[in-house]
Amino acid sequence: MDIQKKVKYEEELDRHFLEEIKDMSGCEEIDRCIQCGTCSSSCPMSIYMDYPPRKIIAMVKNGFREEALKSFTIWLCPSCYTCQVRCPAKIKITDVMYALKRKAIEGKVYPSRFAIPVLDKEMSKLIAANGRSSDLWLILNLYLKSWNPMGLLKMAPLGLKLIKTGRMSLKKDAIKNKKQLRTLLKAVKEGAR
Amino acid sequence: MNGYVYFPGCSLKVSAKHYEESILPVFREVGLPLAELEDWNCCGATAYSSVDDTMASAICGRNLSLAEKTGKDIIAPCAGCYLTLKKSNKFLTGGLPKAEKILNDLRTAGCEYQGNVKVKHPLEVLTKEIGLEKIRERVTRKLSGIKVACYYGCQLVRPYTEFDDPDYPMSLDHLMETIGAQPVDFSAKTRCCGGSLTSTIENVGLRLNYILLREAKKKGADLIVTICPLCQFNLEVLQDKIVRTYKQDVKMPILYFSQLMGLAFGLAKEDLGFSRSIIPLKPFWAKLENGGKR
Repeated sequence: MDIQKKVKYEEELDRHFLEEIKDMSGCEEIDRCIQCGTCSSSCPMSIYMDYPPRKIIAMVKNGFREEALKSFTIWLCPSCYTCQVRCPAKIKITDVMYALKRKAIEGKVYPSRFAIPVLDKEMSKLIAANGRSSDLWLILNLYLKSWNPMGLLKMAPLGLKLIKTGRMSLKKDAIKNKKQLRTLLKAVKEGAR
Repeated sequence: MNGYVYFPGCSLKVSAKHYEESILPVFREVGLPLAELEDWNCCGATAYSSVDDTMASAICGRNLSLAEKTGKDIIAPCAGCYLTLKKSNKFLTGGLPKAEKILNDLRTAGCEYQGNVKVKHPLEVLTKEIGLEKIRERVTRKLSGIKVACYYGCQLVRPYTEFDDPDYPMSLDHLMETIGAQPVDFSAKTRCCGGSLTSTIENVGLRLNYILLREAKKKGADLIVTICPLCQFNLEVLQDKIVRTYKQDVKMPILYFSQLMGLAFGLAKEDLGFSRSIIPLKPFWAKLENGGKR
């Protein structure tokens, strides 16, 4: 068995990571964290996480770029804001999780074929193209892009119930003024960053 | 701004049609008929902020601009739309250089936004502006004996908790009391349903919703009453699997608060979207007919 070092030397840490994250919306106050753990104990998802929120904040503060961005934690955050309203240091923890998700997508380091980032990306694409989301198309894209045709099959009985009660449409919904949306998104893209 | 314009969002047009079918008549009854915002676009929900927050704010800005042109504030019944629009509104009017850039882009696209719109949830408008007294006067059929677990979920009360408490809100409980129903002490009322995670990691979604249903059952609720399409969807469609997985009968109807209000106002049940329920409502109707006795 190959024995590996489990602790990082200081020079292996990314000194710029904290500043980079602090520059992102909602992350300005992150270094006020006192490591009390209120976030981790409030989080309904922390029992499923590889690192609970308190550790993620510590990792960002100390330059563990790869560990933070490749974690499942950031994707498991359901955006319930419980940690955020309880944080005694008033850190916008949910917004920090959003920022880390964006960094992970930007650097393409999220867990591959993991359904959550796939869903976020597919939904954003649908909205950018049509101005609206449509459940059926979103679900189809989700299962195709996360390579999970069995998941789609398992959804079929529910899909039928929803169609029967008029709660799922086969139609792709769209806004009328798509041109305006395209102009807007183009203007935002130009001169971004 | 004077009056309100209705922002349905994607859910209320399809998966939560019964929310739209009941919220609009309820607002007509209380003397505040709502017109739909013309050519609204999706708020982006939690997905767009995870991919690109600048774009996410921009598409919300388009909606805010459309509303501003009507001279009205926004009513958003979906808790996700409510929070997303409110959050973007705060950001866009906050004066940061990043926000100014987006406002500029909005102008380029012909949707200038000056920052005058407020975003509200119907629960807030009904309980704080119209008021429980006025609602009580409209009640023609009290929902006596119906025990309800009032479920607020996350995004209505957090992180912007201007009209209620982030951990133990009461406005929906008071509203339900006003129409004659009996709210139970539902300690899980702001615990997360998992949001969109239920469609991506099912076992986790099952567990989160099992906890909510179990708690409601334990407190003797006949049904859970919701204010959010995603909460309603998760709690309802996962029930069969939850019963199979946890071998516990936690089945119960999941209804919108507006459906119950419509009933209390004496509107016909056929007009309030009850037929869209996936969970059988027979026991509920029977109890209602019996004045709250089984």
